[in-house]
Amino acid sequence: MAEMAEDGGGHDKKGKKKKKGSPRVDMTPMVDLAFLLITFFMLTTTMNKPQSMELNMPDKTEDKEQQPTKASHSLTVLLGKNDVVYWYVGTPDETKKNDALEKTDFSKDGIRKTILQQTSNMGVNEKGIPNIVVVIKAMDESKYKNMVDILDEMHITNSKRYAIVPIETVDIELTKKFDI
Amino acid sequence: MPKVKIKRKGVSLDMTAMCDVGFLLLTFFILTTKFKPNEAITVDTPTSISQTKLPETDIMLIQVSKEGRVFFGIDGQYNRVAMLEKVAGEKGLQFTDRQKKAFSLMDSFGVPLSGLNSYLNMEPAERAKVEQTGIPCDSLTNELQSWVLQGRYSNPKIRIAIKGDKGADYKVIKNVINTLQDQNINRFNLVTGLEAKPKEI
Repeated sequence: MAEMAEDGGGHDKKGKKKKKGSPRVDMTPMVDLAFLLITFFMLTTTMNKPQSMELNMPDKTEDKEQQPTKASHSLTVLLGKNDVVYWYVGTPDETKKNDALEKTDFSKDGIRKTILQQTSNMGVNEKGIPNIVVVIKAMDESKYKNMVDILDEMHITNSKRYAIVPIETVDIELTKKFDI
Repeated sequence: MPKVKIKRKGVSLDMTAMCDVGFLLLTFFILTTKFKPNEAITVDTPTSISQTKLPETDIMLIQVSKEGRVFFGIDGQYNRVAMLEKVAGEKGLQFTDRQKKAFSLMDSFGVPLSGLNSYLNMEPAERAKVEQTGIPCDSLTNELQSWVLQGRYSNPKIRIAIKGDKGADYKVIKNVINTLQDQNINRFNLVTGLEAKPKEI
């Protein structure tokens, strides 16, 4: 039994005469209850606040393009269904002509490698900023997870210049060649 | 080996220290705990390496479930009532004080305006059983647009966060983002889980 003994604890026996009525409170139920409540609060509490990712979309109302990007400096990433990623450099029409659309995935050697490779291929401008502009186009069949993943890749590869734009029909047509 | 005879005596532990620690922890957990609001839907967020925390107050949360239902919620009971009154005024609807009170207690909801009246009349227990269909936000009927607009009027400091399920179709997310962009909101947060940053790239 748990006893609160002030005089060294545990040695006084029944027969021993006590002068003062030292407090001998049986604390066991209280401790039991306290730990029960601790357990309850520990299990119900949610310690971690959710993370969040800030997303800036291009302004729709602003008509004028501040700086037209060179087609050779744009890497277009298409997000398809079943976690498939397609990519091409330049304009869709050229890609169609040269049959240059590539297919990859979200693994480490997938789209990340491509982005890094293209970043170094395209070089840097006079201010030391990489020339690459990543254009992200997600198809309706792709999942929200794919979008977050590709934005994550942008952070991982340190690509500062990227934009999410609506997909065009010509892009969808391009991906058809992999459908067979 | 000779048997060591242990003298039996009443084990008397000094529990004061343990008790102290116990209550200290208990106090800590009671004070820090914040009960999870009972969410209408479970949203399994995708993970990202982003470290930014989501602010706790002044948040407008747009949730998208796996099946593509859209749920909407803002914090602050006064803001909720103000928002409901403004939306009702815009759409020519009437709500009683009791309905407004019920609305102010809801963290998030996913019923179209046409069903909101009867939904608010229900008892809370009844309400939990109802399968909410989500707020329409496609190009035909976009009610999310008025909720977002009036929510922003009710609390100008509000920040917008989208909490999507990882399995949600991009089509729905696109509709939500388009709704926001139509109001010239180009900055918002995506709620994500934590993921370790790859060591080498």
